[in-house]
Amino acid sequence: MDMPDPRAAVLSKKANLVERLQAVLPADAVIHEAQEVLAYECDALTAYRCPPLAAVLPSSTEEVAAVLRICHEEGVPVVPRGSGTSLAGGALPTADSVILGVARLTEVLETDYDNRFIRVQAGRTNLSVTGAVEADDFFYAPDPSSQLACAIAGNIGMNSGGAHCLKYGVTTNNLLGVTAVMMDGTVVEIGGAHLDAGGLDLLGLICGSEGQLALVTEATLRILRKPEGARPVLMGYNSSEVAGRVVSEIIKAGILPVAIEFMDRPCIRATEDFAGAGYPDCEALLIVEVEGSDAEIDAQLGVILQIARKHDPVAIRESESAEESARIWLGRKSAFGAMGQINDYMCLDGTIPVDKLPEVLRRTAEMAAGYGLEVANVFHAGDGNMHPLILFDANAPGELEKCEALGADILRLCVEVGGCLTGEHGVGVEKRDLMSDQFAPEDMEAQMRVKDVFDSAWLLNPAKVFPLAVSAARRAA
Amino acid sequence: MIAPTTEADLAAAVASADGPLRVLGGGTRPVGRPVAGTPLSAAALSGVELYEPGALTLVVRAGTPLAEVEDVLAAENQRLPFEPMDHRALLGTEGTPTIGGVVAANVSGPRRVQAGACRDFLLGVRFVDGTGTVVKNGGRVMKNVTGYDLVKLMAGSWGTLGVLTEVSLKVLAGPEAEATLVARGLNDAEAVAALCRALGTPFDVSGAAHLGDGVADGPRTQVRVEGMASSVVYRVERLLAELPGFVAVEGAESAKLWREVRDVTPFAGEAGAVWRVSVKPTDGPALTAALRAAGLAHRALYDWGGGLVWLLVPEDGDAGAGAVRDAVAARGGHATLVRASEAVRAEVPVFQPEPGPLAAIGAGLRARFDPRGILNPGLMA
Repeated sequence: MDMPDPRAAVLSKKANLVERLQAVLPADAVIHEAQEVLAYECDALTAYRCPPLAAVLPSSTEEVAAVLRICHEEGVPVVPRGSGTSLAGGALPTADSVILGVARLTEVLETDYDNRFIRVQAGRTNLSVTGAVEADDFFYAPDPSSQLACAIAGNIGMNSGGAHCLKYGVTTNNLLGVTAVMMDGTVVEIGGAHLDAGGLDLLGLICGSEGQLALVTEATLRILRKPEGARPVLMGYNSSEVAGRVVSEIIKAGILPVAIEFMDRPCIRATEDFAGAGYPDCEALLIVEVEGSDAEIDAQLGVILQIARKHDPVAIRESESAEESARIWLGRKSAFGAMGQINDYMCLDGTIPVDKLPEVLRRTAEMAAGYGLEVANVFHAGDGNMHPLILFDANAPGELEKCEALGADILRLCVEVGGCLTGEHGVGVEKRDLMSDQFAPEDMEAQMRVKDVFDSAWLLNPAKVFPLAVSAARRAA
Repeated sequence: MIAPTTEADLAAAVASADGPLRVLGGGTRPVGRPVAGTPLSAAALSGVELYEPGALTLVVRAGTPLAEVEDVLAAENQRLPFEPMDHRALLGTEGTPTIGGVVAANVSGPRRVQAGACRDFLLGVRFVDGTGTVVKNGGRVMKNVTGYDLVKLMAGSWGTLGVLTEVSLKVLAGPEAEATLVARGLNDAEAVAALCRALGTPFDVSGAAHLGDGVADGPRTQVRVEGMASSVVYRVERLLAELPGFVAVEGAESAKLWREVRDVTPFAGEAGAVWRVSVKPTDGPALTAALRAAGLAHRALYDWGGGLVWLLVPEDGDAGAGAVRDAVAARGGHATLVRASEAVRAEVPVFQPEPGPLAAIGAGLRARFDPRGILNPGLMA
């Protein structure tokens, strides 16, 4: 993976730039010593690291605007950073860039239950948004698995999803408005507490733009009343085809579960060794969760179980208590930890049409065998969002490269069967060079024109999303 | 009228156009500043490309009649969750609404308050930009963050950035049952308070509307639930306990009440201009009170729990634009002049005027997607 060479003209004016930033921010909000900027050298895609020129931690929209105005004038690239949990390298700096971290923007600004929204500063963590309203029985629906740490700003940047998207949608479906700062320091308000922003859908455009269009400092988010209850059921099958058919039949029956999770045998075995949730040893395990009152849950699970039993399950486990529900989720929730215990792993997130699941699993296994690597699959089955985990040894020479090559093959397969490279993690640097496999040059050109409008000098997170060769002329201009 | 039958022909027609084009689907939604130009219709690009009920996915050519889409879905007991409005009665138009038109105008109905808008169910698009280039974005899968979301940008861009040729949509199952709780005679503030209370329950309310004065039998406030039959019975019971003075109606009788709200039929055939205003729900009654105080006579219909306000106003002068936009500016939101004569729409900005920086972004996007300014030029101005 390549990054553009740092601009010598920027590197040479570091002292002057730091001085200008210090003039608009408190002393402790400008981090520039070589040892200190190391904390910002990577995000959760730790295979790639590069210390930035400096990092700034503004505490208000005005401070963000002041920083961006200076960087715009000086021609310095800016890399926005939420909590640094991106698995795609969305917050990876270059040596000539300033990291703009939103970690100090954490306040709740307004909570309104009558109108069902919360307005927060964008550095607030995902889970603490729900935390601010759960005592009143409300919640914020998108729940990426990093929700304890990840920031709303990053969620908006990557249009994050989570396990409950099938029913509640992803970030863009739950975002009502933003306060954002353009690269030249202009502050804009888009949308608000009302539904559907007026004019062209700039809110939809900014959400998922990976910090390349504007820097979001505040967000108005839709909150929902908590359902009366939720309950999962677990079922095991001896083939992924059959499990896929069960998912499809549940959906066709008119039931909209809040989550349908899938795990394959390698993943089941690893989590059993790690967490001992008592999962059946089988080819394909499904966890289906529905919501409502007890009676409503019983009725929905009745339909689901009827479908499940028709397909010769290896095991079915129903829950009769909160403890049993927690045990059903235990293995799934510890899947990533279990993999980490075995080895280093790379987590992909291509999405496929759900009916292609058996084919994709079979061909993934064949490709992995060709590379001599193991892949475990955990999967949001309802919406087709795969999470193949490629196990490898980062200390063995050549293994990372082999793992990346397999990952690229798997993602190309996702595109080939009608899916996409990334369902919720974002392109970042990780999938940047695969964009040409999904998009024709004119498709990428149309997207880059949007960036031209928002950030004509290509200073905001410039080396992400588009293959470097494709964006080269614009970045050099 | 140019009516290409293939995407390639449509692209060629745009590329070779030597003047402005008036981009159309079925032509049933003449909203916006009047456009002078050669009509270019996408209606001949028709047909379902792919429908997978088990994956909740539909891919369809943009000119496909909406009714055909709804029939195809109904055969599998599925539907478009965002309940698109039929504008024909309100706007006095004839013709066949197309799915591309629904998307281009981001048309959503009462269920938007629960399920989301048209743009929330739009998974992918193909369109021809103003240079005649075919562009695709998004796809047919439900979760997709690969590259920028031009899918959302195209929804509600009214043909000003490109001509849609194909759309992919997420669909959902139709419910086994529906029921509506109805109250009569509430004033606007009481009604919206009740709607907010209903929407704040865990009972998954899928419609919350209030029809003010001028409705047969007086003001009507209504709250809908849909789903499995046993669940609807349960939730109706719980909601009746929360909402004193409401009574429940079911099935076809319930559905009829929502078609009236969806299509704003109380204002159909009534003289006057019609505004569509989006504010936060509790601001709805305050907004209409402010209009009365400012001397603007009107009738109001509230959907989305009070947050979508339809206003019928006299079509004199600026058709109430000054008063409506002042009232919106004081609260946050936006107002669109959905129905007025061509003469009024040529004078009064139909869409909410935007602050300078946002207007500049919009202009910049149009200049890049349509550098010759030939696609519905000025429609959203």
